[in-house]
Amino acid sequence: MSPDWWLYLSAALFSVGAAGVLLRRNAIVVFMCVELMLNAVNLTLVTFSRINGDLDGQIIAFFVMVVAAAEVVVGLAIIVTIFRTRRTASLDEANLLKY
Amino acid sequence: MTSLTLNSLALAASHMSTAETVGFWILAPIALLGALGVIFARSAVHAGLLLGLVMLSLGVVYGVQDAQFLMFVQLIVYAGAVMSLFLFVLMLVGIDSSDSLVETLRAQRPLALLLGLGFAVLLVAGIADATTGTTSAGLEEANADGNVLGLAKLLFTRYVFAFELTSALLITAALGAMVLTHREKIGPKLTQKMMMQERVRGGRPSPLPGPGVFARSNAVGTPALLPDGTAASESVSPSVAQTLAGRGVESVVGRHPATIDAQPAPVEPESFEAESFQPETFEAEPFEWAPSSPESPPEPEPATTEEDA
Repeated sequence: MSPDWWLYLSAALFSVGAAGVLLRRNAIVVFMCVELMLNAVNLTLVTFSRINGDLDGQIIAFFVMVVAAAEVVVGLAIIVTIFRTRRTASLDEANLLKY
Repeated sequence: MTSLTLNSLALAASHMSTAETVGFWILAPIALLGALGVIFARSAVHAGLLLGLVMLSLGVVYGVQDAQFLMFVQLIVYAGAVMSLFLFVLMLVGIDSSDSLVETLRAQRPLALLLGLGFAVLLVAGIADATTGTTSAGLEEANADGNVLGLAKLLFTRYVFAFELTSALLITAALGAMVLTHREKIGPKLTQKMMMQERVRGGRPSPLPGPGVFARSNAVGTPALLPDGTAASESVSPSVAQTLAGRGVESVVGRHPATIDAQPAPVEPESFEAESFQPETFEAEPFEWAPSSPESPPEPEPATTEEDA
């Protein structure tokens, strides 16, 4: 077996995450699916780093983790704020800009 | 190191070792099933825990792939901090906030599944096309001084500017979260004296009845029983009632709190004429004469007041 199998695993995880973003209505679960996609990309970067034989891929994966941590903090704060004003965490309810 | 040994190392690294193959076939199904569980779990808490499982297995995958530093960062930052933040917000928002089953877009779910499947096929085909014939170099040379040292050498030389920028990003994110969740105080701060006055004038100076007093069980979801056998709905906290309603719990601990006012409590058969002691007659009397004599000292009202209206 070659390390490409990890790439296939990460492709599968990314697709599952993308389908989850489209499927789910709960904002927190959608956010979890976004995290799943970020993790899948990190797995790709780590595998690329191994295939290429240098550590740049791992450095980029590290930066992705930092950005994801910051993104989780701000995104969850936005969800909490919306929940506080509208008493819902459903994505369908946040539709004021539609009208 | 001679080129011969380097070549043999590269040849050895171009294929997964037996241990790594075993690891793949253990970790990949766990991660994939966990990811599928995230999107198909009905409860958001289950989705969060399954996502934690996926992150843990990905951390082990990083360890298998010679990325020891990223393995521990994954375990600490993702599986530790991010997942606990997710679960914290889930508990804050309320575990009953599950998905609405109302379709706002027609055929959205099958289309989303189809798109996900098509995307997977596209990615797998692209990877298969791009990686045929490539050999993997392996990280033995790059990790010669240890993975952490190799990463640190890169991070503080070539990527030092990006590394410094992440500090600004983290501070901005922390400030942003504080600004977003900040709540302005409306009105003065309640002192103990003001709370005491409000309580005495509010019609009920005594504490609310505790849950489960004289009931069949003393769980927090079980209402206390009044002397006439009816349930005191104020003895069940609204948050408990909301949580039970969200879980769909009907009869684990007696009756559903939302239906307390509708049905009288299951009383003993020898309890005499519970109909004549309905709480409506209790409420009506003090409401009649209380405004007529405002200078009289505040009267303690009976147990059922306007709070359960």
